[in-house]
Amino acid sequence: MANRDIDITVAAGTVHALCGENGAGKSTLMKILYGMQQPDEGTITVSGERVVLNNPADAIARGIGMVHQHFMLADNLTVLENVVLGAEKLHGIGAGARARIKEISEAYGLNVRPDVLLEQLGVADRQRVEILKVLYRGAKTLILDEPTAVLVPQEVDALFDNLRELKAEGLTVIFISHKLGEVLSVADEITVIRRGTTVGTVDPRHTTSKQLAELMVGSELPTPETEESTVTDVPMLKVSGLHLSQTDLDGVERIILDEIGFTIHKGEVLGIAGVEGNGQSELVEAIVGIREPDAGSITLDGTDISRVPTRRRREAGVGYIPEDRHRHGLLLEAPLWENRILGHVTEKPNSRGRLLDIRGARADTERIIQAYDVRTPGIEVTAASLSGGNQQKLIVGREMSHAPKLLIAAHPTRGVDVGAQAAIWDHIREARREGLAVLLISADLDELIGLSDTLRVMYRGRLVADADPATITPEELGSAMTGAASGHLEHAENDEDGAR
Amino acid sequence: MKKLTQRIDRERLLLGIAAPLLAIVAAIIVTTLVILATGKNPGDAFSDMVTYGTASDSQVYILNKATTYYLAGVAVAIGFRMNLFNIGVDGQYRIAAFFAAVLGGALTTPGWISIPLIILCAMGTGALWAAIAGILKVTRGVSEVISTIMLNSIATAIIAYLLQPGKLAELQSGGTVVSTKPLPKDSYFFSFDTGPAGELWGFIVIAVLVGIAYWFVLGRTRFGFDLRTVGQSESAASASGVSVKKMVATSMVISGAVAGLIGMPTLLNDSHQFSNDFPSGIGFTGIAIALLGRNHPVGIALGALLWGFLERTTNHLEFQGYDKEILGVIQGVIVLCVVIAYEVVRRYGLRRQQQRVGAELAAQAAAPTQKQEVA
Repeated sequence: MANRDIDITVAAGTVHALCGENGAGKSTLMKILYGMQQPDEGTITVSGERVVLNNPADAIARGIGMVHQHFMLADNLTVLENVVLGAEKLHGIGAGARARIKEISEAYGLNVRPDVLLEQLGVADRQRVEILKVLYRGAKTLILDEPTAVLVPQEVDALFDNLRELKAEGLTVIFISHKLGEVLSVADEITVIRRGTTVGTVDPRHTTSKQLAELMVGSELPTPETEESTVTDVPMLKVSGLHLSQTDLDGVERIILDEIGFTIHKGEVLGIAGVEGNGQSELVEAIVGIREPDAGSITLDGTDISRVPTRRRREAGVGYIPEDRHRHGLLLEAPLWENRILGHVTEKPNSRGRLLDIRGARADTERIIQAYDVRTPGIEVTAASLSGGNQQKLIVGREMSHAPKLLIAAHPTRGVDVGAQAAIWDHIREARREGLAVLLISADLDELIGLSDTLRVMYRGRLVADADPATITPEELGSAMTGAASGHLEHAENDEDGAR
Repeated sequence: MKKLTQRIDRERLLLGIAAPLLAIVAAIIVTTLVILATGKNPGDAFSDMVTYGTASDSQVYILNKATTYYLAGVAVAIGFRMNLFNIGVDGQYRIAAFFAAVLGGALTTPGWISIPLIILCAMGTGALWAAIAGILKVTRGVSEVISTIMLNSIATAIIAYLLQPGKLAELQSGGTVVSTKPLPKDSYFFSFDTGPAGELWGFIVIAVLVGIAYWFVLGRTRFGFDLRTVGQSESAASASGVSVKKMVATSMVISGAVAGLIGMPTLLNDSHQFSNDFPSGIGFTGIAIALLGRNHPVGIALGALLWGFLERTTNHLEFQGYDKEILGVIQGVIVLCVVIAYEVVRRYGLRRQQQRVGAELAAQAAAPTQKQEVA
């Protein structure tokens, strides 16, 4: 990912948003600002002083702090211990540190309790710990990388309140996000990056999300609307009575999946909403066959696959777009054509008999790159050198190439730019018209509502509520996701009416 | 487009060669300093190594040594490709050679029956010994590093117990050497007569075949792809339907079977019996050679030849008045440098590739109509 001619000026005491496609160079820019990567040319000026940032320590010394998308916290330590870890010299590790944490927490309304074990905290609380960690180290400028990706709407609002609080105290926030609505509501200024260069800085008060999207991709903002329904009454996937429990280290049995049952018909997209960590990943893994449930049955197209190994399930027509593509979907250090074989090594065109068909696989990789617009100089480069969106397009192309009966799409457009997002939605819609059944899991509620034919809400391992995507709003869905509502959700003026 | 992929390919190749070259150059520098420190002339030492090492009898000696080392390197590399650290190659080949020697001594069948039987016995014993570690790993989660180290000691103890007169061994005529019953002449493996330079062991043919099989299975078969997948990412492997546990056990067994072959060149071409001076420690040499050769079949061959060359020539240096510890110094420095150089080169290569991909995409974006010509 290259950056060229990047010009960005962030005024002190403001929230400055940074928008752009993945692969546009946002991450590279952030790495440069945080000292993780060095620019070939150009200068960085902090408070009127030219600086050279050779490593994150330099950046921290200049008052620049970063809250990463993936939290860097230790579960088995308390909040206090997590905060002081690596910064023991500042205020010690005892009473001094505790007092300082409380002071910061109160000053910015973060509401952090220093002595709670981290594993007891939810995602939103963890994020606040991360922010506090950065403030504790004396940061005056905070960089937040996609902070809202893991939050439900209510939590996003709380986060934005925190950000306004920080701003009011004179701190500067650089906020990276794909979500245009959020950017417009919280930022004082928005800089758009496209293909490695800044294309403009706009004032959110005089900009609509449509204009912003046009700046980002040079085209209209795509929406995940499905057209007329393609749902048939032929069941493709039937899950019933799925139960999974796990005994943790303390010997306490934790129920992860509790009596999960649903049916997806041909041509139907079933969306599952829920705050992450409520059993969605485990449900997906149980259907793919990576995790063995304690009880329950899974039937694909009339065949019971509950006890069938993963490879046979995938041969039988289960396409899988994993939640974490780096861990489950790609071999990062292998070339693209080997990644095209991954997961489908027993199928054409990747192999003939027990031998690999390298020529066939390579030719088909070229085809996928063309058909799915994977931007790469060739099929010999490693998967790691592609941007997130292009990696995802390759995965989608691979899974669609084997004519799946069921597509399991876990966060299919997470960390993917607007352009690629629209392409992936189109592919899902197209396959759905041809009778594909889709299990869609997403944290992006607009995506869920826009693509799904049926919606279910998952909370603490149970499917607690269902909703009609045609009428439901993200806010109503959000409250069911926090366990506040259950049963059939009806769109109503008053939220409480939705609960039964 | 075609040109682009080729260029990245060539660069990858260059980077691949850069690391071992860097390591060897660093080793030469360190060795020079060490020899200088002992007050000798390093130039003389190196020229002696080259002239002596390239003599025809040295060539045969090096090839014979390299045959053994190559098999050891491949045995270790199979584990490495799976992210398994099979330290137990050492114990596996010794116990395999021992039982193969016992069987060979007892057989009275013609050579074309006994030789395959001896080899199969060695591979089977090695595989079984390695399987213990494999099974422990997949059923009980025991680290293969720990279990194979222990199995090495157990193998030593078992051999020491059975290699006694009255058990499976006998006292040789000289009265100082205890060994298994010698193989009948018929069970000797063929060798190439190279005249005054000595005999080139025929087992080198088997070693080459093993190398080809290693390349073919890993690079061209579904099984090899699954194995490499597990080595690169266990999570991606299980998501793509590879049974990681089965794969771990299988590759451990295969690694052990190849380890079983390590003792065969010596047994069938040279010693024809297993005595208490049967070469030991070659399993560890194999680790160094697999590292040096980057788990690549040709790389391992070069590593094995280098090791043979160093051994041959530094032994000779001792007679020239240099310290014999120089061998250890050179070998140690090479391995250390290799590990460092690979990591440095790997990171550099990855970063460079990312930059190129970015730069090329930017160029493509700038001239979208001339996609093919760009670059």
